[in-house]
Amino acid sequence: MSATSRLEARQPPSFGDEDAPEGFRPNLAARKKRGERRRLLFLCSTVLAVLFLVALIASVVNQSFGYVLTVAQIDPASLEREGLPLEKQDAKALAATLGEHVSRRYFAKLEAEKPMAARNREELLSLIEAEVVKAKVLATWNLSKSIFGKREILAFKEANAPEGRLFFRSWVNAALLSNPQSSDAMRAGIRGPVIGSLLTILFTILIALPLGVGAAIWLEEYTKDSALSRIVQTNIYNLAGVPSIIYGMLGLAFFVRGLEPFTSGAVFGGGGEDGGANGRTILSASLTLAILILPVVIINAQEAIKAVPQSLRQSSLAVGATKWQTIWHHVIPASIDRVLTGAVLAVSRALGETAPLVVVGASTFLSQDPTGPFSKFTTLPIQIYQWTARPQAEFRNLAAAAILVLLLLLLSLNAAAIILRNKYRKEKRLGR
Amino acid sequence: MSDSGALSVREPSFDPDRPRSAVPDLGRRRRPAEALIQSFLFLCASVSVLTTIGIVVTLGTESYSFFKEVSFLEFFTGRVWQPAIEKFGILPLLAATFTTSLWAMALALPLGLVVAIYLAEYAPERVRDVLKPILEVLAGIPTVVYGYFALTTVTPVLRSVLGEGNVEVYNTLSAGLVMGILILPLIASMCEDALSSVPLSLREGAYAMGATKLEVSTRVVVPAAFSGLAAAFILGLSRAVGETMIVAIAAGAGPNFTLNPLRSAETMTGHIVRISGGDLSYDSIDYTSLFAIAILLFVTTLLLNLISRWIISRYREVYE
Repeated sequence: MSATSRLEARQPPSFGDEDAPEGFRPNLAARKKRGERRRLLFLCSTVLAVLFLVALIASVVNQSFGYVLTVAQIDPASLEREGLPLEKQDAKALAATLGEHVSRRYFAKLEAEKPMAARNREELLSLIEAEVVKAKVLATWNLSKSIFGKREILAFKEANAPEGRLFFRSWVNAALLSNPQSSDAMRAGIRGPVIGSLLTILFTILIALPLGVGAAIWLEEYTKDSALSRIVQTNIYNLAGVPSIIYGMLGLAFFVRGLEPFTSGAVFGGGGEDGGANGRTILSASLTLAILILPVVIINAQEAIKAVPQSLRQSSLAVGATKWQTIWHHVIPASIDRVLTGAVLAVSRALGETAPLVVVGASTFLSQDPTGPFSKFTTLPIQIYQWTARPQAEFRNLAAAAILVLLLLLLSLNAAAIILRNKYRKEKRLGR
Repeated sequence: MSDSGALSVREPSFDPDRPRSAVPDLGRRRRPAEALIQSFLFLCASVSVLTTIGIVVTLGTESYSFFKEVSFLEFFTGRVWQPAIEKFGILPLLAATFTTSLWAMALALPLGLVVAIYLAEYAPERVRDVLKPILEVLAGIPTVVYGYFALTTVTPVLRSVLGEGNVEVYNTLSAGLVMGILILPLIASMCEDALSSVPLSLREGAYAMGATKLEVSTRVVVPAAFSGLAAAFILGLSRAVGETMIVAIAAGAGPNFTLNPLRSAETMTGHIVRISGGDLSYDSIDYTSLFAIAILLFVTTLLLNLISRWIISRYREVYE
């Protein structure tokens, strides 16, 4: 027998249409082709879903950098003194320049806020920027236009404001983080909203974590499968599906209005610097967010507690520990990594929540940074919302920059969750 | 002091009738601290029940005072929502919510199902390990960012594709499509769970009959997981109905009775956010009208969630 015929003999019998049984058409080639085409379609759709994420982030980054065209009311070059341009003048000369260009009464007011002698060069320079030069944004371009449409941009400048200043600006910068809110896009910052977000989140954790873990322990350790626990459990699942804005309505009616003496700090004497803001305080926001994330915290903590092996509990009980001793010394330490990971994920949801806080009554403008639970509040997502809602393009750029900061905050929270989990996991492996 | 004192175990109290024993009966000892802790934990759990009661009571009482002034008939059949002239017909807001949800589902439902099929049936392990975290990231991005994306990127694209004159700056189509992107990861991951829980034996049976991979996936696995898929779709719809920031930013500010996705309109959630963001007097009918909208929203999403859970428990195929 030759090699080729042996090979032929090994081949499986072919099921061509011609030798199939009566009425049966395997039609394999066409079916396989269809399967392959459909597989490609499935793959493309999945890639499309990933592309959405890419497009989302690209559009934010694209808006965060780019050329800005500003027109100054007074040309900074004309502000020289004793032959020195503005940038080279010392503090004293800058103060004199400022005094020449603003009204005497306004200068006195500035002097009263903080004496000119006590201000350093940077402060004075930014004051001159704001009060004398008064640069107005005429147009902004996004990153892709700045790179590929430089000629158009220059043409626009020549046509509309030849004397204007055109420069490349990263909207994400140190000033964005350190400046307070402002109606001038060039100097507006997110210091207040960031502090507000962090304070709100801090109080949210302090409220939601103990409540959530406590509820999970009760459900998992004390009343497994009783009628009462089933009611609570169903209730928790249903709460997890309630739209966040409904929690905002509850917060408005109950925490802001109903518990006003408490949430404005009046019962603790005084309240914040603005009289407790009628209950529209950081505390109200935190309480609202806490009950919003509570179902998620509970469900995650339950999963974590369920994963603790039964043998651990039994051996603890067998040596005479009470139920609570068992939970405190064995169940909680064994599950704390997963409990905390779940909690951090829930908190990162709270950090991005906007709608309920708008309803609860975030302030549109903060004159002072929030300092404690009874301060008026605004948060980073709310600032983003307000800037996005403005018609001027430069505020869209600011919003994009603020979004990058928010995404960075969320990313670091999630990274913290992962580090936390790995740390505890390592300790467990070492047997502590 | 007796000899047993040397054991250093002190009995809680002396009882002359009880037989003296060296080991105290710890099991019967009263432990007030344990009971205290247990009741504290119970309180923690009851907070969630209190939240539900709180929602029902506050929404109920405020909308009760609203419906004292506006009849049910006017509320549900009125075609104009203009609090300034005391017109409170929910239909414009309802129509906008319907339009945005429809477009969201039109994008998220087929795409989510296909992504789930790919992940569960086709994707090699390594590809899945990369794709699933990406979808999770997509799900973790705050909705206000999606709103920004809709207004600054999707709307200009729609306007340049469909013509500037045809598409308004604020439109429900852009908001709806971006909402679809938002709920896509939710639907995809729930569908994937449903598909993955179909037992391997079903697939193997189909392969043994000579089915191709596509036929196994779409004619065996998908029908077997149908209840889970349906539950995922309904849950996704519930998310779409309750979604707020995207529509508040991109769909428009002002009720408009239209089903045309290229025009601006305000959804129920968008209206609540816009009105409550401004100065609002607690005694006004504007304030109570928000609660009437909210209770409708609450009941709708609750019903959708209950249906979703009911489908899972009722139609789940139970495999041994």
